[in-house]
Amino acid sequence: MNEAPETHMLVATVADHPGVLTRVASLFRRRGFNIASLAVGHSEEPGYSRMTIAVEGSAEEVKQCEKQLYKLVEVVSVRNLTGAPAVTRELAMIKVRVKSNERLGLAEITDIFRGEIVDVSKTSMIVQMTGAQSKIDRFLDVITEYPIEEISRTGVIAIARDDVGPRNGRARG
Amino acid sequence: MSAINGRSSNGSTAAPKTPRTGGEVVCDAMLAAGVDVIFGMPGGASLPFYDSLYMYQDRIRHVLIRHEQAAGFAANGYARATGKVGVATSTSGPGATNLVTCMANDIMDSVGVVYITGQVARPAIGSDAFQEADVTGISIPITKHSYLVMDVDDLPRVMSEAFHLASTGRPGPVHVDIPKDVFLETTTETAPDQVNLRGYRPSKVGNARMVRKAAEVINASERPIIMAGHGIDISGAAEELLQLATRGNIPVVSTLHGVGTFPETHPLSFGMLGMHGLAYANFSMRQTDCIIGLGTRFDDRAVGKEDEFGPGAKVVHIDIDPAEIGKVLETDVPIVGDLKLTLQKLLPLIEDRDRTSWLDQMNGWRRDHPSLKIPDSPDSVLPQEVVRAIYDISGGEARVIADVGQNQMWAAQHYWYERPRMFFSAGGLGPMGYALPAAMGVKLADEKQDVWCVTGDGGLLINIQEFNTLAAEGINVKVAVLNNAHLGMIRQWQEFFYEGRYMGAFLDNPDFAKVAQAFGLHGVGTSSRDEMHDAIAMAHEYDGPVVLDLHVDRVENVYPMIVPGTGVNSVIEDPR
Repeated sequence: MNEAPETHMLVATVADHPGVLTRVASLFRRRGFNIASLAVGHSEEPGYSRMTIAVEGSAEEVKQCEKQLYKLVEVVSVRNLTGAPAVTRELAMIKVRVKSNERLGLAEITDIFRGEIVDVSKTSMIVQMTGAQSKIDRFLDVITEYPIEEISRTGVIAIARDDVGPRNGRARG
Repeated sequence: MSAINGRSSNGSTAAPKTPRTGGEVVCDAMLAAGVDVIFGMPGGASLPFYDSLYMYQDRIRHVLIRHEQAAGFAANGYARATGKVGVATSTSGPGATNLVTCMANDIMDSVGVVYITGQVARPAIGSDAFQEADVTGISIPITKHSYLVMDVDDLPRVMSEAFHLASTGRPGPVHVDIPKDVFLETTTETAPDQVNLRGYRPSKVGNARMVRKAAEVINASERPIIMAGHGIDISGAAEELLQLATRGNIPVVSTLHGVGTFPETHPLSFGMLGMHGLAYANFSMRQTDCIIGLGTRFDDRAVGKEDEFGPGAKVVHIDIDPAEIGKVLETDVPIVGDLKLTLQKLLPLIEDRDRTSWLDQMNGWRRDHPSLKIPDSPDSVLPQEVVRAIYDISGGEARVIADVGQNQMWAAQHYWYERPRMFFSAGGLGPMGYALPAAMGVKLADEKQDVWCVTGDGGLLINIQEFNTLAAEGINVKVAVLNNAHLGMIRQWQEFFYEGRYMGAFLDNPDFAKVAQAFGLHGVGTSSRDEMHDAIAMAHEYDGPVVLDLHVDRVENVYPMIVPGTGVNSVIEDPR
């Protein structure tokens, strides 16, 4: 049972009620599950939100985490997309301190990573980077020569590809 | 906090009815759930609700407790004794925070209680108003679900959901927080005919393929053992359990909450297991090759060190809560379902196997390790003798409510419970002060049943104000105080694990008989064996509540004992 911890991707559909985020956050805290990131927004269905939760832990721990999530009355479904065919994306905005003669260099790297320069000031540039978490991490590694002033990341969101096979059965209880 | 502004309840087919106030909606919901007794204390924010209760007092008995914690524990006792939902109510702020321990207790022990708390009026919420507290924020981690009702039109639906959630699946506490002005407003909405919660679909019968696999594993086993938990009682599956054991010649041990789900005088009963379980019950867990866990969560106090618990044994686990399966033990046959329905499917597949050699082995342990032998004690009455005397004098027909600590273990060990819902105790959270208020709830659940509250002196003091409720309401509970002038389990642990450095263990008690008398109760105190027997016999016959202050041996320990951090290989037996 003692596997190495890894990051798992859970996608939950939850009722769009006040307090539902508190319930989910409270569950993770009291059961000692580690959230790497949590992103929440509207889903395709009015009245329901979708949460993408990146959880760190062994497969056993994450299985228990899924079951505990199911127990929340306002959680309608939970899917574990770890290892399943899925598209995952994160958005990051990075404010970099650059002198005027450094702008082109940063723009070039940004371009290679298919990012966008979304703002330029006399002393800084803001880069918008979308993609898999690993890509954003790599970009940040590459630009270490520039002083980074601020990073804001959305946390990852995920959606299963259609060839994912039968949906996970809704655990009941 | 799932109530929403401005959304009306849906799914209702009934024609618009006469407008009802929020308070009346709550009362009607209680009646619809079959609740005839509730426990509480009013306050400013819940006064409008009490004004509704005034109009319903011919149908709903309100028992005024003297501390809100007693309301929650009494509702717990009522729920466990009736199988219905219990109701406790308080005002906002301090009244509601006094219920928090009760909610945590209910969720640990899977007991369905609906908590109705008043809240400050809607315009005042969030303003740090007098007696305001964010109680739904507090109750989230310790309830099955909770609501803050901001629109009276939501209230009929919320109340029916609350009773449904509390009583179905794995039961648990549901908290409904209602602002003062919502109690007062009127609505023509009615509850939907059926509760419809997309995220809540408790299982019925377990998976058929898994049930067949369970039968194969059980039939193939040579040394199986059934571990009977609280789920047997909740699901009403005691008859199915009896059939499973007798059909397969399978011995049964029980958890603390499973006590009585299998008749304890049956030859296949091997008593309670766990930290203070019987030696032979624990020995059997070393040797078994198949653990059949029924409605149990394999609590750490029952299991001890996991790798000594049925090493190599196959594990069949049936429970209605999927999150309990695989949580503690690796499970070979996981079955999520209602126990009664699932056992009914399993029973025809169980073969009549000869398990004589296994049963002989277990009976050998029972003979050689008689855990329930009470040692001689010429100079003092032992607390075990008190429990045994209650058993003898009541003929085993009294319901027993134990507190927490040594008294709880002796009450579980030294009385033979033949049916479910005879022994009640707060097992998971372990809140001292549970027994007296819970006994009031158990008594009012069925006043024909004799009810004994077995408590320590420490636990009694935590809710001793309820002597007033016993007297004022005439609740016929017999209270046996196992008075050893100590927090006994603390003293025992300090003796065993802290080399006798007693710190905070001694209690300088009042004369509990006199305290009882001051409250208007019949109180008797004694330290003699003969008088103890006479007092219990008197209490048994007496028509009304009685408090017996029984001065027992001050340093008696609970045996057997498994030292914390060890397992069933390290059972310490009574050295005498």
